[in-house]
Amino acid sequence: MKNRWMNAKWLGLITILAAFASGCGKNHLSTLRPAGEVGQEQFDLMLLSIIIMLFVVIAVSIVFTIAVVKSRRKNMGEDFEPKDIAGNHTLEVIWTAIPIILLIILAVPTVYLTFKQSDTEASENDAGEVNSEEVVINVTANQYWWEFEYPNVGVVTGQELVVPTDTKVYFNLQASDVKHSFWVPAAGGKMDTNVEGINSFYLTFDDEKAQDSNRLFYGKCAELCGPSHALMDFKVKTLPEDEYNQWLADMKSIEEPVQASASDAAEGQEIFNNSCIGCHAVTPTGAGAQGPNLTNFGDRELIAGYLAHSEENLINWISDPEAFKPDNKMTGAYDLTDEEIASVAAYLMELKVEEGSGDVETLRQNAEESSEEGSTESSGESEGSAEEASSEEPAAEGEESTEEASPESGEEASEEASSEPSEESASDSEESTSESDEEGGN
Amino acid sequence: MAHMEYNVPSERWPAHPETATMEGKNKFIGFWIFLAGETTLFASLFATYLALKDSVPGEDHPLAADLFALPLAFVMTMFLLTSSLTSVYAIYHMRNNNFAKMQLWLGITVLLGLGFLSLEIYEFIEYVHHGHTFRSSAFGSAFYFLLGTHGFHVVIGLGWITLLILRNARRGISVYTAAKVNTASLYWHFIDVVWVFIFTIVYLLGVM
Amino acid sequence: MASTAKKQGVGSVIWEYLTTVDHKKIAILYLIAGGFFFVVGGIEAMMIRIQLAVPNNDFLSAGLFNEMITMHGTTMIFLAAMPLLFAFMNATVPLQIGARDVAFPFLNALGVWLFIFGGIFLNLSWFLGGAPDAGWTSYASLSIASAGHGIDFYALGLQISGAGTLISGINFVTTIINMRAPGMTYMRMPLMTWTTLVASVLIVFAFPPLTIGLFLLIFDRMFGSSFFLVETGGNTIIWEHLFWIFGHPEVYILILPAFGIFSEIFATFARKRLFGYSAMVFATIIIGFFGFMVWAHHMFTVGLGPTANAIFALATMAIAVPTGIKIFNWIATVWGGSIEFTTPMLYALAFIPSFTMGGVTGVMQAAAPADYQYHDSYFIVAHFHYVIVGGVVFGLLAGLHYYWPLMFGTMLSEKLGKITFVIFVIGFHMTFLIQHFLGLWGMPRRVFTYLDGQGYNTANLISSIGALMMAIAVIILVINIIMTIAKNQKVGRDPWGDGRTLEWSLPLPVPYYNFAQIPLVRGLDAYWIEKKANNGRMMPSESLEDFHMPNNSFIPFVMSFGLFVAGFGALYFASGKDWAIDAVSGLPVHPWAPWVLGLGLAITIGAMITRSVKDDLGYYVTKEEVLRDLEEEERRAK
Repeated sequence: MKNRWMNAKWLGLITILAAFASGCGKNHLSTLRPAGEVGQEQFDLMLLSIIIMLFVVIAVSIVFTIAVVKSRRKNMGEDFEPKDIAGNHTLEVIWTAIPIILLIILAVPTVYLTFKQSDTEASENDAGEVNSEEVVINVTANQYWWEFEYPNVGVVTGQELVVPTDTKVYFNLQASDVKHSFWVPAAGGKMDTNVEGINSFYLTFDDEKAQDSNRLFYGKCAELCGPSHALMDFKVKTLPEDEYNQWLADMKSIEEPVQASASDAAEGQEIFNNSCIGCHAVTPTGAGAQGPNLTNFGDRELIAGYLAHSEENLINWISDPEAFKPDNKMTGAYDLTDEEIASVAAYLMELKVEEGSGDVETLRQNAEESSEEGSTESSGESEGSAEEASSEEPAAEGEESTEEASPESGEEASEEASSEPSEESASDSEESTSESDEEGGN
Repeated sequence: MAHMEYNVPSERWPAHPETATMEGKNKFIGFWIFLAGETTLFASLFATYLALKDSVPGEDHPLAADLFALPLAFVMTMFLLTSSLTSVYAIYHMRNNNFAKMQLWLGITVLLGLGFLSLEIYEFIEYVHHGHTFRSSAFGSAFYFLLGTHGFHVVIGLGWITLLILRNARRGISVYTAAKVNTASLYWHFIDVVWVFIFTIVYLLGVM
Repeated sequence: MASTAKKQGVGSVIWEYLTTVDHKKIAILYLIAGGFFFVVGGIEAMMIRIQLAVPNNDFLSAGLFNEMITMHGTTMIFLAAMPLLFAFMNATVPLQIGARDVAFPFLNALGVWLFIFGGIFLNLSWFLGGAPDAGWTSYASLSIASAGHGIDFYALGLQISGAGTLISGINFVTTIINMRAPGMTYMRMPLMTWTTLVASVLIVFAFPPLTIGLFLLIFDRMFGSSFFLVETGGNTIIWEHLFWIFGHPEVYILILPAFGIFSEIFATFARKRLFGYSAMVFATIIIGFFGFMVWAHHMFTVGLGPTANAIFALATMAIAVPTGIKIFNWIATVWGGSIEFTTPMLYALAFIPSFTMGGVTGVMQAAAPADYQYHDSYFIVAHFHYVIVGGVVFGLLAGLHYYWPLMFGTMLSEKLGKITFVIFVIGFHMTFLIQHFLGLWGMPRRVFTYLDGQGYNTANLISSIGALMMAIAVIILVINIIMTIAKNQKVGRDPWGDGRTLEWSLPLPVPYYNFAQIPLVRGLDAYWIEKKANNGRMMPSESLEDFHMPNNSFIPFVMSFGLFVAGFGALYFASGKDWAIDAVSGLPVHPWAPWVLGLGLAITIGAMITRSVKDDLGYYVTKEEVLRDLEEEERRAK
């Protein structure tokens, strides 16, 4: 019985190790693929602790297995009476001392990094104000969206964080309603956004690593914050410093809302100004708003933090937000007809900051050209589209396809990032979006 | 079956009647452990109070220094300290098997406790008139919760001792009732000690 | 009295259990109620795993999912694991120390009824407007914002059952200090008794902070105070501190008695004295002590600053040392022994590698900067399930098989037991091993769904299949229990054959007064010594005489019921009031609420006064009755 169980366990372990070797998770959201200094340091510490702990587990398992195998009653005979041993000083000293040594090995870098990574002094000047020399971003977490303010430039945006690469980015974190937690797994550990007080920490994004993930990382809320906690994702766009500054300047230059060009969009703008502007600003100002800032909405990668960026999804989202993000604050805040919603959507899709600047697509193509001969298979267009397709699936996958296709296709997608199946399923399911959504939401 | 062993004749009256039986000893130990738990309870309350004592919503909300009157708090302290002393006398007479005097001193303890309680209620009413209520601020919530919990203990203690005086009136002292009286007096001392901390941490620290 | 219970009908058996103060019957009450809640919590777990089996699943809605995870955690910790441990503590400790009952039989009954009424109160939330949904930790900002009465059920239910736990803790400490048989010195106490003592001390010190935390929540939500309302100066971090000052020792409150059970089992089925007994005792005490110094390692990401984080990181790492000592001592106990692979022993053996896994991931999390990554991810979920399931639940299952004959006088089927064991252990590792990786791949915990294409699909499916296996194992266990009860094949004294401690020296079923004569203890493993020296007969420490036993009482039930009633009054007190928080101010007003609150408290206080005023001196068991029992026992043995 015992042996069979042990076998099963070893078999499991081997499978796991194989899985581990084949994938440390996705570039854009795994803690095992650190994308910057902070993440790297934490990863190294994790690795050190894993090595020490594996040593402990293996040592214990070996001694334990020997003990059990040797001392079976079948071996010893039914009447065997073991000698009672009260204890053994030498042994007890040894197995007290060795763990202490191992712990000291772990403790030293732990303490060092704890202090190092909490050092955010540079983000403030002597007067306690934001240091204009550094990249500082104020993050406000709301149920269930993120606001990002760039205090040094006076720009506010929502849902999509834009950061420069190869420099320290300081974050000041707080929450407006309930506690959330700000986490970009690939870049480093999380920090809570409390409802009282402001927490500060920093992250860094290596340009090279950023390119491996198409310059996009996933951010997540890591503290239970209500029904839609799971959907409180955001994207982190990482730009080279020049591009980043250009993007900021472009954003800053928008002092008046972008005027709609198409006719339905113009209509939409009017409706927007009547029904939506109370919560959503379309100029990059007004931190602490009721809803996400939409100044550069047309440039974004996602709708509502997790839906693929298409006009159709946008219409669905505005029509019935509750179906996508239960308990969100937008539900019931307005009363629009289907045509009106379509116009608003058309307007919103036009909200773009100057073409080209900060456009990840362009940068991505550049990167692709330069790494044409390169070895990074998982980067490039294919994964990008796989992501988009997949992020759409909550709106997409019907019930039958979930059962059959999803485990398999999901598996493939996770290991190899093969774009074909998910792209397909995404496109053909887009039509059935609204019905299946309503089911999903209720 | 008669419970002969509870009614010990006075010539064999033990020096510590409260722990003379197994049940009495259990009560004694168990109650001390209960008091250990109570200590962490009040420690948590004090920690909460210290964290929130300056947290009020606006400038015009009164703070500790605007409210507290040390003379009153001092008189309250005296009431409670004296009542602790009188309860010691009661226990002293219990050990000497002097029932009447034990009852008398317990009665005096109750009266002093009632005095303390009336002053506390008067104090609270004053504060409420100044806009310092349970709901007005985090400071208010923490203040009334800490003092209220202590006050609640006083009420329980007074009820308990009164009940013992009444129920024992016809029974007299035995090793059975002695254990009960002793436990109540332990509780009363504990309440007193907590008050000393309240006086220091809430009142003295508040006006300084 | 209890001796005449055999001839009575169903009604009087129920009455007997409603009024019992006998620790053995209270153990059975704990076992039944805890087992019931274990199944409820298990069903909730299955719901969670079904929802997460595939991406974008809509088996549960987001809100319902949050209710499930909250109730799963709360139920498993407060209403399943702890009561089941109390069941075994009650069943064994008085017998192990040679006592006729616990120090406060009345309070023992009060403890169990408070727990049962608290548990019912909490679970009624499912039928009265929705369960709590802010996680078992119920962090203040979310629990204040959570609309409806769910969180109120949580706070009041835990307050009621927590009072019961505190009372039981005090009771066990007093029992172990004061009720030991002659010769049973502290350093001769079985490990189960030792761990019960330390866990009970932890209860005494850990539960009051929870009580205060829950009161703050109750006052904010039901009586308009502002402890956690930031706009009037409140601070939600206070909740986190109070909760974890309780919450971390709580882990040790759960695991230490499980350690005790395993220690007994290792010694028994390796037929060998526990290696390093005194080291084990001191390790237990040190773990209990350190348990209070590490709570902030649950709060590394809260922003307490590097100094606090570093100190708590080091303190947390330090706990690994005594725990390691225990693991090695158990292995050394097995080493050179004669292992019999009974079901309890299998669980004990499986516990060693499983718990080691949970332990080392705990040390990994102690490294604060690395924990910024693990925190609130599936890595944490994996870690604490390795500790709680691989440690506590294995211990409970082992204890169930091991102590079943002591509690019921029959044996659970070994064959079914071993089948359960294999399926459960495989299912357990399948469910939780993979979750470590999910966490490292960036999956946060407490998510009601996850999007496709993030690489989480396969791992989650494996995890759900593992959970299904655990469910199947539990079903087989239930079948085993039903069959055993139906067969009702009685076993006699020392049914495992290798019993070492005092409880196995008693005839089965154990007489209601436990010991006809209080035994004299001559060393560690008191029964084993007499087996070797005295043909298995304990030496009595007193001559056979009449002795005193406590009366049954219905008052504990009434007292608990009063608080249960008062709970409803408090729950609806703020409903619809203009001073109330947003979460409940929009709900209908219940004008009867203050009256119900008053009525409930009046019932409880009235019951307390009744108890205080009435002399309840117990009764005497006569020498003749005991002699009759002894003769009958001898007849049966032949």
